[in-house]
Amino acid sequence: MLTNESIQQKLTEKFGDQVTGFTESFGMMSFEAPKDLNLKVLQFLYDDEELQFRFLSDLQAVHYPDQIGRELAVVYHLHNLVSNVRLRFKVFTNIQTPDVFSATALFSSANWMERETYDFFGVNFVGHPNLKRILNVDEMDYFPMRKEFPLEDQTRIDKDDEMFGRGGTF
Amino acid sequence: MARPVQYNIYGQTDVKLVKEGPEGYAGEGFFTTSLDKVVGLARKNSIWPLPFATSCCGIEFMATMASHYDLSRFGSERVGFSPRQCDLMMVMGTIAKKMAPVVRQVYLQMAEPRRVMAVGACASSGGIFDTYSVLQGIDQVIPVDVYVPGCPPRPEAIIDGFMRVQELVHNESLRRRTSDKYKDLMNAYGIQ
Ligand code: SF4
Repeated sequence: MLTNESIQQKLTEKFGDQVTGFTESFGMMSFEAPKDLNLKVLQFLYDDEELQFRFLSDLQAVHYPDQIGRELAVVYHLHNLVSNVRLRFKVFTNIQTPDVFSATALFSSANWMERETYDFFGVNFVGHPNLKRILNVDEMDYFPMRKEFPLEDQTRIDKDDEMFGRGGTF
Repeated sequence: MARPVQYNIYGQTDVKLVKEGPEGYAGEGFFTTSLDKVVGLARKNSIWPLPFATSCCGIEFMATMASHYDLSRFGSERVGFSPRQCDLMMVMGTIAKKMAPVVRQVYLQMAEPRRVMAVGACASSGGIFDTYSVLQGIDQVIPVDVYVPGCPPRPEAIIDGFMRVQELVHNESLRRRTSDKYKDLMNAYGIQ
């Protein structure tokens, strides 16, 4: 039986104190590792006979502007389809050099998901075969999901803030 | 209050079941008027709409086209799906910024005289989607003739907008599309 405890044990055996931050929410475990190790950890989770995390169900980023030096988190959602166990794996990077190794060699599905993550958060996936915008217009010159950019369209000229319940006298 | 009954009483009230024709000189079996008016009349009653429906407002258009509201009554039986055949582009729904070049391309493929109707808040101004990814009104990329407000507008409102387009078509001078003013408008949108 593959349990969160046994997964944690296996990971600590292999990577020692490099893997940290084990937490569990709603039965799903998450942990983090230094960003240089991301491919090694993913490969280990993939290859190990018992772990068999061979399906990348999702990949995205989160922006934490308050955590200086580790503003961007890249999150991998992994699924073991044999035992039906899921896992969340995070690596953190600073926002000045958001370089993270690309997982495309291991999971082909990472291709578009990494492009999306680049599109919205500007994470630079080193080794990605075609890292360009996928959902937004090509001319866009910023990464809209980073917290410093307001959600509202900044190019609007005809909208009165007061009519939209923000700014003005509110 | 009793509802005034106004049908089948032609001649007794101001309701006219048959609209009068344009001004002109009529005699036994003939009628003369200016070319403008004949062309306007012909165009007005055979506007082929091109539905450009991207989201919820498109559903209202489907209702408008169907038997209950029946846009065909206004001479628009034929909804065309090739822009080259159509006279009126009806943009209904949220236009994402990535979609904007497509809207423009479709507009460019239409032959003059072409018209555009923005149906709903989204097409007119971006609507509730005040966000980085949505075009804040299609009039940023193409000129619009009639705006229909509502989120979504009821079929009656769409028909009202359509009748306003008919009015514009009816009263347009034949020279308008070659005038300098019109050319300036097109140039303002970067359209030759
Ligand atoms: S105006 Fe409202 S109903 Fe129409 S497309 Fe936009 S959100 Fe949908």
